[in-house]
Amino acid sequence: MSRTSHALCATGALAALALAGCTSTAPPATGGDGGGAAAGPIAVSAGDTTCEVSAPGAPAGTITFSINNTGDKVTEFYLYGVGDRIMGEVENIGPGLTRQLIVEVPDGGDYTTACKPGMVGDGIRAPFTVTGTATRSVDEDTRLAEATAGYQRWVNSQIEAFVPKTQGFVDAVKAGDVEGAKALFPISRTYWERIEPVAESFGDLDPKMDGREDDERDPGVEFTGFHRLEKDLWVDGLQPDSGAIGDQLMVDAKDLQARVATLELTPVQLANGAKELLDEVATGKITGEEDRYSHTDLWDFKANVEGSQGAVAALRPVIDEKDPTLGPVLDERFKAVDDLLETYRVGDGYKLYTELTEDDTRKMSEAVDALGEPISQVAGVVTS
Amino acid sequence: MTRLSRRRLFGLAGAGAALAGVGAAAGCTAAAEPVPGPAEAVVPFRGARQAGIVTPAQDRLHFVALDLTTDDRDRVIALLKKWTAAAERMVAGAETTPGGAVNRNPDAPPDDTGEALGLPASSLTLTFGIGAGLLDKLGLADRMPAGLAPLPGFTGDQLDPATSGGDLCIQACAQDPQVAVHAVRNLVRMGFGTTTVRWSQLGFGRTSSTSTAQATARNLFGFKDGTHNLKAEDGAELDRHVWVQPGDGPAWLDGGTYLVARRIRMHIEIWDRTSLSEQERIIGRDKGEGAPLGKQAEFDLADYAALDATGSPVIPTIAHIRLASAENLGGTRILRRGYNFVDGSDGQGHLDAGLFFIAFLRDPHGQFVPMQSALANSDDLMEYIEHTGSAVFACPAGLAEGAYWGQSLLEP
Repeated sequence: MSRTSHALCATGALAALALAGCTSTAPPATGGDGGGAAAGPIAVSAGDTTCEVSAPGAPAGTITFSINNTGDKVTEFYLYGVGDRIMGEVENIGPGLTRQLIVEVPDGGDYTTACKPGMVGDGIRAPFTVTGTATRSVDEDTRLAEATAGYQRWVNSQIEAFVPKTQGFVDAVKAGDVEGAKALFPISRTYWERIEPVAESFGDLDPKMDGREDDERDPGVEFTGFHRLEKDLWVDGLQPDSGAIGDQLMVDAKDLQARVATLELTPVQLANGAKELLDEVATGKITGEEDRYSHTDLWDFKANVEGSQGAVAALRPVIDEKDPTLGPVLDERFKAVDDLLETYRVGDGYKLYTELTEDDTRKMSEAVDALGEPISQVAGVVTS
Repeated sequence: MTRLSRRRLFGLAGAGAALAGVGAAAGCTAAAEPVPGPAEAVVPFRGARQAGIVTPAQDRLHFVALDLTTDDRDRVIALLKKWTAAAERMVAGAETTPGGAVNRNPDAPPDDTGEALGLPASSLTLTFGIGAGLLDKLGLADRMPAGLAPLPGFTGDQLDPATSGGDLCIQACAQDPQVAVHAVRNLVRMGFGTTTVRWSQLGFGRTSSTSTAQATARNLFGFKDGTHNLKAEDGAELDRHVWVQPGDGPAWLDGGTYLVARRIRMHIEIWDRTSLSEQERIIGRDKGEGAPLGKQAEFDLADYAALDATGSPVIPTIAHIRLASAENLGGTRILRRGYNFVDGSDGQGHLDAGLFFIAFLRDPHGQFVPMQSALANSDDLMEYIEHTGSAVFACPAGLAEGAYWGQSLLEP
């Protein structure tokens, strides 16, 4: 879920622009011919409410950022391409630490930098212009391989956050901290929901971790995982075995992490994953079925959409090459869904499903339908 | 008992008089274009008038009303062009795109949903209408025709906003229900992101004949409906009562017509407990033959002046056919093209059944409103029916080669 307010993003962008204004070192306008890195790393000062990038752009090639966390929150730094395709990222930068991001940007164009204090939300963004084109031979296979590798990186980053967030949730359950656990439940699930099709590809883990009470199970197999703890927290009260259920959830989460590291995805799987995430929204979230005890379905909704966006973003260069009309439609419709969800934001979270009217869910359904059709075209375009 | 009105719409058996303008209509039978019987029949998509209006009424209906989800005129135009191309192909019995159902990249969802694959054209017609909301949303209120002004409320209306109104509509009629449903489904799918379904209605059997070549069909009250309907062969009468004439309003609708839709729920269980004589008195016709009371044959003219031995009118003063007759309404006639429906059941042990009334006319407020008003206030049929949905659309004239739906409004 993204909790960074847009106001914050705007402030960040202004700050970055202001900074850019007083930087005299514009990137060389000449076409890079490979490896045209700027002299020395581009410094990034990442505060809790600011993200100051010392140059507004760079020549194509290898670009190095040096990110110093000047704030009190753990932060992340991203370089995005069109459609929020992740060109590179560095995570878990603790307060006071400096980390480097070395990223290959072969093609000139409009990019975006983002700091994510607290490691959540869209981040504090600023435009970043890459000029020229680095020499390289990019055939279709290379682009597809870059797409899957990029998505793999993103999935791994989600898993890396998922494990500690889930640990925090389980710790609260085991400590009997019902309110604390309730607050952490939708946050932990956010990371799960973003990569749900990947997690579901492991058919043995998904029912244990994300099964619902009325799912069919083999004799002797119990109702476990997130939704069992959800029911304990919101309906039944914590049970004698709630802690054990939590421990098992952590075992499974770490198992998932280990398996995801070795996962090999195809471009079609990415595209179908993006579609499946929207299907999840349509059949599970807009109906309020997923989180039937906590009613925190909109957190999951947002995370599914982000996951879909992540997969599409990774494929974006291939999509743009094969059907230049599809990407802008996807951008616009993802934005429409995001904008709509924003109207249901309450603080760091969202309205509960039970607070939504029929008109609300109708609007959501319309926005997801509008996005679902072009998303369903991605796999065919990528393989055309 | 209150009187219900809607009924008239159907033009139930009795109504014949009303709508068709009794006398006149009866006289003007003529050989017509062939009834759309053969499954292979293809109704031309382009021409001076849209198909699906005076086209001999097909047996099946799928009607959909949609709302725009954008105010971007260019995007709407792009969709209308796409719709027109697909509609023209489907009407000819083809997939929405060449080979669209199966002959494409296996990793992509098929363009065409496929359920009409192998089925003949089945006389499919797709008729396009524009609601007031479209003009409002696209900033075209200055081109709003007077006929799209909201209808007044009528006595006994139980309108559900969820099954009323709409920014535009598509009426799909065919001899095969699967062909009609396929057409609507695929057009709806193309519209995601630009339009959203507001409501839709299936009809399983026509209740009107729109050609003298067709036998009169029966509605769910068991009566012949539309005996004196306006018909394709009525030439000058159609110009007078159905087709919008130059000077009536904004030029974009010249040669077009208005479509008034009313979803009329019938309390059929109550009706079925009504004696035959009462049913016939309410309608004003005999049930078997469909003749006006006091007459022998269906197409005999009703004699509204005739009295029985006791001095009472043979056709009661509040009989449906009398109230809806042209004589009672100053000569007003409309073209009815309604369908029977059963939308499952109502959860209380009754069928959710009725008549989906569709009428085409030149002036909703000058023709439909007075007729419905007379019926709503006096008609005994109102005890057995209630109007649960209502909408008015403007259906432009037919398309010339290369033109698209709505072009006369959007890019005149």
